[in-house]
Amino acid sequence: MITFKLNGREVEAEEGQTILQVAQKYNIHIPTLCYHKALSPAGACRLCTVELFDGRRTRLVTSCNYPVWRDMEVRTDTERVIKGRKMIVELLLARCPDVKVLQDLAKEYGIEKPRFKPETNDCILCGLCTRMCEERMGVSAISLTGRGVELKVDTPFHLQSDICRTCGACASVCPTGHIKLEDITGRKPQIIPSEFNRGMGPRKPINIPFPQATPNVPVIDPKTCVHLNTGACKVCQEFCGPGAINFDQKDEIIEIDAGAVILATGFETFDARQKPEYGYGRYPNVITSIEYERILSAGGPFKGHIQRPSDAKEPKRIAWIQCVGSRDASIGCEYCSYVCCMYATKQAMISREHDQEIEPTIFYIDMRAPGKGFERYYNRARTTGGVRYVRSMISRVLEHPQTHDLDLTYVDESGEIQTETFDMVILSVGLRPDPAFLKLAQRLGIKLNRFGFCESQPLDTISTSIPGIFTCGVIQSPKGIPGSVLQGSSAAGAATSFLAEAQGTLVREKIYPKERDITQEEPRIGVFLCDCGINIAGTIDVGKVTEYTKTLPHVVFAREYLFTCSTDSQEEMKAMIEKHRLNRVVVASCSPRTHEPLFQDTIREAGLNKYLFEMANVRDQSSWVHTFEPERATAKAKDLVRMAVARAAKLGPLYEFPFDVVQKGLVIGGGLAGLTAAFTLAEQGFETYLVEQSDQLGGNARALYYTEDGARPAEYVKELINKVKAHPLITVYTQAEVKDYAGHLGEFKSTISVNGRTEEISYGAVIVATGGTEYQPTEYLHGENEHVITQKELERRIALEPESLKEVRNLVMIQCVGCMDEEHPYCSRVCCTAAVKNSLKLKELNPGINIYVLYRDMRTFAFKELSYKKARERGVRFLRYFLRQKPEVAEIDGGLQVKVFDQNLRSEVMLEPDLLVLSAAIRPNPGSKQVADVFKLPLDQDGFFAEAHLKLRPVDFANAGIFLCGLAHMPKFTDEAIAQAKAAASRACTVLSQKQMYVGGAVAQVDSTKCAICLTCVRTCPYNVPRIDEEEGVISIDPAACQGCGNCATACPRGAIEVGHSTDDQFVAKICALY
Amino acid sequence: MEQDASQIKEQESTGETFEPKIEAFVCTYCTYTAADMAGSQRLQYPPTVRIVKYLCTGKVEIVHILKAFEAGADAVFVGG
Repeated sequence: MITFKLNGREVEAEEGQTILQVAQKYNIHIPTLCYHKALSPAGACRLCTVELFDGRRTRLVTSCNYPVWRDMEVRTDTERVIKGRKMIVELLLARCPDVKVLQDLAKEYGIEKPRFKPETNDCILCGLCTRMCEERMGVSAISLTGRGVELKVDTPFHLQSDICRTCGACASVCPTGHIKLEDITGRKPQIIPSEFNRGMGPRKPINIPFPQATPNVPVIDPKTCVHLNTGACKVCQEFCGPGAINFDQKDEIIEIDAGAVILATGFETFDARQKPEYGYGRYPNVITSIEYERILSAGGPFKGHIQRPSDAKEPKRIAWIQCVGSRDASIGCEYCSYVCCMYATKQAMISREHDQEIEPTIFYIDMRAPGKGFERYYNRARTTGGVRYVRSMISRVLEHPQTHDLDLTYVDESGEIQTETFDMVILSVGLRPDPAFLKLAQRLGIKLNRFGFCESQPLDTISTSIPGIFTCGVIQSPKGIPGSVLQGSSAAGAATSFLAEAQGTLVREKIYPKERDITQEEPRIGVFLCDCGINIAGTIDVGKVTEYTKTLPHVVFAREYLFTCSTDSQEEMKAMIEKHRLNRVVVASCSPRTHEPLFQDTIREAGLNKYLFEMANVRDQSSWVHTFEPERATAKAKDLVRMAVARAAKLGPLYEFPFDVVQKGLVIGGGLAGLTAAFTLAEQGFETYLVEQSDQLGGNARALYYTEDGARPAEYVKELINKVKAHPLITVYTQAEVKDYAGHLGEFKSTISVNGRTEEISYGAVIVATGGTEYQPTEYLHGENEHVITQKELERRIALEPESLKEVRNLVMIQCVGCMDEEHPYCSRVCCTAAVKNSLKLKELNPGINIYVLYRDMRTFAFKELSYKKARERGVRFLRYFLRQKPEVAEIDGGLQVKVFDQNLRSEVMLEPDLLVLSAAIRPNPGSKQVADVFKLPLDQDGFFAEAHLKLRPVDFANAGIFLCGLAHMPKFTDEAIAQAKAAASRACTVLSQKQMYVGGAVAQVDSTKCAICLTCVRTCPYNVPRIDEEEGVISIDPAACQGCGNCATACPRGAIEVGHSTDDQFVAKICALY
Repeated sequence: MEQDASQIKEQESTGETFEPKIEAFVCTYCTYTAADMAGSQRLQYPPTVRIVKYLCTGKVEIVHILKAFEAGADAVFVGG
């Protein structure tokens, strides 16, 4: 270690370091032009000149290549130095007047116009390029040639170099732009296309593949890395502070012992080149929806600015073509990809948010919006959103060669053929299994369907053909985000059940040392300050902050670290706590939101209570947000550290205490979903209460006799009822109702009334599966004419009284009865498929039957599309009607007459059916309301339960410990209800599988000597936690239920409540240390 | 406060612009998270802003606000 004086300040340096390196470490700015961290210093530009006093005299030296020695004195800012630099800049600017770096430097040094005759050169002869080529690339294709005024960078004899690899390293370091890639190769340089941005932007050989990558660290692309291809370069190593770059890493084969496998390999989008009529790949302004998704993204190739690829102009008329690569027999993809209708609608809406002048048009066959909230969103897009929907399949796209505009020809609603010009066309490409998956499936030997998706069992969508291998997500069938998330939970649950015997055998419990009692000690605070590489130290002078910290009261230790969160720093933190007998720890680094748990764990390992910890957020809330004001950012960092230290001195230990989790589940609702959830919980070994309102189990599934894919839900549920009733861990209550609820996650209590008597139960988690019911139509003569029945009744007759249907000659089905209108603007999801499935069955029973399905949009999504296609092939007629022109049903001479305006034929059609079948909507069970009231759960506009997050948390409620499944959530198919029930059970198991949970610590506590039972806290608490303790005559706050928000403490007129870790003296100490 | 007022006057007379010292009491779930996000997006704001994190701004006591003014803050911002 060498110490010397830099600008009058004592600094430390390693042997062999240059003055510049030390100055950079201490955040002292020295301008440079020819310096590069990865190259040997040349001292060529002379700009880094500093003044050195060697004990006898002063002289000017170049700091980039002058090594430090003990007791030297260096000044970087003397008048002599500035004058010298100014002259250098002036001379260079005269040589190269158009170079931006020099213009900026000139401005910095107050030079308006050089006094010397201007030249037109743009090379400053810094030699970075030649050194890079020689030292790092090992090539020496270029060098400085000529002498004196003739000196220049060139190849030998000014000829094309044979040894140049056109790596471009010279151009990448050139500070002036003198060397251009084009000049080296003689061709237009090609970008390395970013895979994530679908080739629309460049990426570097070292990059983070996509923003959500886990772990979120850069990778080196071996195809484009110069080092991995030639052995040269390694420049990145010089820049990586922690030395994380390891070129020796190789692909490894890792063997894992696993008892179960979950396949969640996702999808690839359809290659639109297979539909050449749309011109994708030939016409620049025809792009795919996934490319457009990237264009819309703020992190995308154009930073969220909508522009068309051919000329970067802002498009105004944008068309979406739906079903590209879906519902298309010509390319062997008859299925529907489920997500495209909604993503096109979303993209159109977002485009309008970006630019109100954009006119989006979506060309479609059927608008499929069968998910939760989808129909409302579609209505909004169509009415107030400014999105035009045209029901017409586009057969080809034609381009205007000059303008690259695009012509689409379509048939409008009145039957006229129209041609319209668009600025951009987006192809809504369908979903395909990932090609890599096909190989994997072959190796595993699992069965695939003919489209390459995982073949799952009817009603059991997560099992594959091999026991122990499960599947979820799009690879099972095209689906959206909520379906994928809940199926993921479901598959995880199934895998856990499969491994139930081995559960927990590999878990090792972490043991912490006994906590040191520090209550009698004076505060001894240790402060660990982080550079975060250059994230903090690039702006804030952490060294200065560290020195300042040492002067603060109670601080006995303060040190700067490159990364406080690295493993070695954590080890040192433990050692320092021991060595200096620290009893409070402050870390000045990033956000406590991300890093507090890590540091708290470390101090626990050193025997300190985890509440003896405080953080100063000097990165996210100082260095990153005051980047251009380094001095003030440094001053603010000092303030933040002082505030943290002041609060730390007031911290005390807090103790969390364990409570025993009631490892029992409660399931409300005994339909298919409820039964599945209860059975799944019981199979995992948890005692379960099943509460059913009616007098029998099974719900709607009892009347679902068959499905389009060959399952028999009614038989399935009968078997399931028997299994549930026989299960020793399940207690079934019928004609029962949950009357109240109290407690918290892991420990709930309820009273249930069963047939007039009441019973108390306690449980750790609850699953709500209150189900739904078929709407009983009051329209279309239902209830008045016995030949008007619902789809459910038809299914019953097909299954149980097929003879009664043999005589039916003409049958009409009306879709969307009681939904998709103004009063009930939601889609019941299952009715289109039910109509198709029943039609097919009827055709089997009675091949001569005429079936007419009056529909709005056929929403037979995913593989259900195949049944729809089959129904059309079998001669079922589909007639489309408008909401504003609903079919009219009349009874004439005892017979039925249905009048409908068929939008496809564009004429009125009169039908005289023997049987009229209404596809009635699914409504939530009326009992849902009572459950919502008791458990304080939210319902949506239609009376279905509102989950915590529409997309990402489809089985959770916002209230911890309460989960959701089945029709109570939204209309859905039996297999979806089963998957969701298993998902809900799996989520509940995350609670029930814990023997103990910890509560307390940072929670409210009542001082019983001060409490006057004024009930202010009872009224204030948003969680209804404070209760009157009748024995003691004061308020008590259950530490297990308390969230620690402190509202009660603020409201308490006598100051009788204090919140652990948020005490007034802690806040006041921090606030008083503000300035 | 008198002193502050005179300082402001002084700044006005010397042509310096007044940059208020703002003390922000914020909720950890929303505003503190937003402040961190401002950081990760490198959104710049004046360094005279100081943030104190509360689990919930329902815990902000009047005395905290008064203490902040006493310590020299020109304004207190509560974000929750």
